[in-house]
Amino acid sequence: MNAQELLALADDELILGWRNSEWTGIAPFLEEDVAFSSIAQTEIGHARAWYDLAAKELGANADALAFDRDPDEYRCAPFVELRFVPDWAQTIARHWLYETADTIRIQALMQSEEPVVASLAEKIDREEAYHRMHADMWADRLREEPRFREAVEELWPYALGLLEPEQRDRLCEALGRAAVKAVERGEHTEELRPLWDEMTMVRRSIPGAAW
Amino acid sequence: MVTADQVWEALAEIPDPEIPAVSLVDLGVVRSVAVEDDKVRVEFTPTFLGCPAVDVMRDQMVERINELGAEAEIAVAAEGWSSDRITPEGRRKLEESGFAPPAPGAAPTTLLQIQAVSSRCPYCGSNDTRLENLFGPTPCRSIRYCAACRQPFEQFKSL
Repeated sequence: MNAQELLALADDELILGWRNSEWTGIAPFLEEDVAFSSIAQTEIGHARAWYDLAAKELGANADALAFDRDPDEYRCAPFVELRFVPDWAQTIARHWLYETADTIRIQALMQSEEPVVASLAEKIDREEAYHRMHADMWADRLREEPRFREAVEELWPYALGLLEPEQRDRLCEALGRAAVKAVERGEHTEELRPLWDEMTMVRRSIPGAAW
Repeated sequence: MVTADQVWEALAEIPDPEIPAVSLVDLGVVRSVAVEDDKVRVEFTPTFLGCPAVDVMRDQMVERINELGAEAEIAVAAEGWSSDRITPEGRRKLEESGFAPPAPGAAPTTLLQIQAVSSRCPYCGSNDTRLENLFGPTPCRSIRYCAACRQPFEQFKSL
């Protein structure tokens, strides 16, 4: 995989991890506070592992890739940038769509001819199983709720844009939905900039600090 | 000159930063130790990729090996960690300190699989326990509840 492909994966996981962490302390109940915080931590751990691989190709380090690029240089999909707090229905809709799409992507990477990529994907897939169980449980619970259904409808073009075009049929099949025009990776939403400002604030305040 | 056995012994004294009752060797995160002259190469494998204790583990291994008078190289093993790598000794120590050890075997993929396995309460020994939350205070733990002694407890996830 080239560095840009690795960065797309890493950026998706980092930004989604950040969005998930926004529920820390304010989720609808304590169990979800713990769950979303833990999922955020795991996603950011996965981001770090992909950044480490990209860093080897680029001669950088994971922290520099995560925090020292301009917002325009991030390769994440618009899907992960959207800010949903305090809307739980939208949050769960994205969580479920993301985990379903991410499974397709990760399981394809497990077949990679590059052993480092395949073994990392295998490790990530086993950890992600816990996210999928959580997302599926919530989707089952909210399936008939109008707000959840509307959110899924609204986010579906974004979810498709997470995957490479050749993988999208599998997502349609997994969810029993028809393909629509995807919101593609490349352009960023207006919501990335404020996230980036906050995420990199400490690092920018004292360049080179270690703690 | 340092021997591999001495390195293993030294690593077995390093407590896990988050569950100090078990050592890095009990947890099975140390995969191999190779000694060549005064250089020691350790292959290790973090439990979960998001584990914040990984850097602390790495630094402590380097420190212990340096104390033995050798240079340390810590490499991350290609093959990922599995909860089946926790040693029988490690499982016993976990239970003694209030953590249920992970259910043996492959990582579950459905909630039904998790609920089909009864986990023993580390406090009172009852099997009348249920899953309270898939997630816990660290990526490697879930929260369960014992209906017999009405005590929540943590369980290592199967991975």
